Amino acid sequence: MSNRSLSSVVKLSILSVVLAFTSNVYADPVKAAFVYIGPTGDHGWTFAHDQGAKYVKEMMGDDVIITTVESVEENSDSERVITSLARKNDIIFTTSFGYMNPTVKVAARYPDVKFEHATGYMRPTDNISTYSARFYEGRHVIGKIAGRMTETNVIGYIASFPIPEVIRGINSAYLAAKSVNPDIEIKIVWVYSWYDPGKEADAANALIAQGADILMQHTDSTAPMTVAEEKGVYAFGQASNMREWGKNAQLTGIIDDWGPYYLERVQAVKDGTWTSTDVFHGVDSGMVKFAPMNNSMPFEVRNEASKAIIDLSMGAIHPFTGPINKQDGSAWLAEGETPPNYPDLLTMDFYVEGIDAKYPN
Amino acid sequence: MIRLIPRVENSTAMVLLSPLLALTLTALSAYLIFVFILVDIPVSSVFFTLFVEPLIDSYYFSELLVKAAPLMIIGLGLSIGFRAGIWNIGAEGQFVMGGIAGSAVGLYFYNVEAFWLLPLMTIAGILGGMFYAGIAAFLRIKYQVNEILVTLMLTYVAVLFLSAMLQGPLRNPSGFNFPESRIFHDSAMLPIIWEGTRLHIGLIVAIILSLVAWFGIKKHMFGMQIKISGSAPRAAKFAGFDDNKTVWYSLLISGGLAGLAGLFEAAGPAGQLTPGLPQFYGFTAIIVAFLARLHPVGVLFSALLIALSYVGGENVQIEYNLPSSITQIFQGMLLFYFLACDILIKYKVVLFKTKN
Repeated sequence: MSNRSLSSVVKLSILSVVLAFTSNVYADPVKAAFVYIGPTGDHGWTFAHDQGAKYVKEMMGDDVIITTVESVEENSDSERVITSLARKNDIIFTTSFGYMNPTVKVAARYPDVKFEHATGYMRPTDNISTYSARFYEGRHVIGKIAGRMTETNVIGYIASFPIPEVIRGINSAYLAAKSVNPDIEIKIVWVYSWYDPGKEADAANALIAQGADILMQHTDSTAPMTVAEEKGVYAFGQASNMREWGKNAQLTGIIDDWGPYYLERVQAVKDGTWTSTDVFHGVDSGMVKFAPMNNSMPFEVRNEASKAIIDLSMGAIHPFTGPINKQDGSAWLAEGETPPNYPDLLTMDFYVEGIDAKYPN
Repeated sequence: MIRLIPRVENSTAMVLLSPLLALTLTALSAYLIFVFILVDIPVSSVFFTLFVEPLIDSYYFSELLVKAAPLMIIGLGLSIGFRAGIWNIGAEGQFVMGGIAGSAVGLYFYNVEAFWLLPLMTIAGILGGMFYAGIAAFLRIKYQVNEILVTLMLTYVAVLFLSAMLQGPLRNPSGFNFPESRIFHDSAMLPIIWEGTRLHIGLIVAIILSLVAWFGIKKHMFGMQIKISGSAPRAAKFAGFDDNKTVWYSLLISGGLAGLAGLFEAAGPAGQLTPGLPQFYGFTAIIVAFLARLHPVGVLFSALLIALSYVGGENVQIEYNLPSSITQIFQGMLLFYFLACDILIKYKVVLFKTKN
């Protein structure tokens, strides 16, 4: 055993000598690590990140060594996991918001390691990048489909935590649905968890009982899709294609495609060109994609959704285009106005006008 | 047919050796499991990462102590209550309430950097935990409500209360509306006792408290009272011990210590109040207390053992991509073998022939 430790010490020192002489161009494989909030088998958020990690391995082959750690709680344990990884890796992706402060703390102690934190906003040292996707663009598309496909005019929305990302999704889906169906109503259930199949299924059942015939979710499991299939209502895949759980129920799904971004960042470490950035990509860059649309959808609905996707990818439309008022009736965006990333989108803490639900506080 | 017959005399040697025996049996079972599930990885390497590396690598060792400190403090409180037969199962909830109360004080004096801030937060943390366990004591004495149910159910309430506080009054005003508090100032944080690590003064507090408790149980009348109340409630009554007092003390002490541990977690490794504050410390500490046979000094060692399973289990997940449930399997086996050994020390197995 001591042989193993010894050899890794030798390797490490050789590596550092090589590093010193090659100004950060890596001759050895890049060591990349991923920290996941859920199990890779959630077929949602973590699954999508893990697909990204696998994509990097597929593209870079022997040039990369990948370590993944799943189900890491968002508490002080995560700092230890990230530290353990920082001791042995070149770049670390921490893929949930709750890892923000631990990531920041560890990054300060390991200046030579690169850190990529998903959905956060803090980059106090120049070895941290943040990245997120404009999922609300995806919500715009499924909102339009929902507005057309519902017969009860009630959308059921399974929400996780009342944080800006989730609020953006709710507002975007509602506005899009309303634009094609003025009678639309949205019912929201907060489950206060990212991954809890039991609670998510309960929420789905409760929403269907309240008249929803179409479900949206901002949680990570396939449970709502399974319920939708059983109860004969529609739903949308979340973070990955969930068709397997809802052959009839899934109309389409919002797919997070992290692979190309991960490849670009790991490659940048290998090339020595990595710098701290803040990425907020959407449909245009392919970070947000869609599952194939269900054949049961009428041609016009599919057509309208496809057009929305194309318009989003060309930047021709913005899901939040004024005039839009806040829930309390006060003005938010004027005619034709679109919101800046900061503060409007990144700190969103209000429902738009028309949503008949109490903002969680 | 198998029967357990009480032994006339317990072997002192076995009483002392049984923890080692349980540990050995756990290690053997773990070895067998690894032999079955591991492909291409030598079992010895996994064993090294799981049991040895956390003890010899200074960083992992410091983390082991960080993880053990709250388990020691909570386990100590529980062991006192359990001795008296008062089953506080909800230390997790008292841990959370202590964390909230102490953090609220720290956040209220957010702009104040003073030496008295941390002691004030600590007192608030202890009182928060005491108050929460006190509810169970009150209900038990006044309405004979079972304290197991009350403490357990109140744990869920505490977790939801934490969530509500972080959505509302304790939320970081410049935190983009994410449910987290501000990060504490230095004077609201626990002093670090090992430079360059996260090891804080909580470890020293735990050791001092355990010695105080040991001494107290041995020398103080209260120690006698809880011991007799637990093992022979009727005798305790005849001896004139106040039953209600036992309930109050047991729950207030275990609750206060759990609250203290909660505040130490928030003002220590976490450095802020987040929804992730509860991390099963309160429940794991029940195992810690029993592994220590409810001995206040034994708790220090059993907490270290359980912490080892956490840190080692995490490392084998990182190093060899093994599932994180290894930690739970290890903890479960340890407790099982330990209790089994204890039973076999006190009882002997006798095979009977049944008629027909």
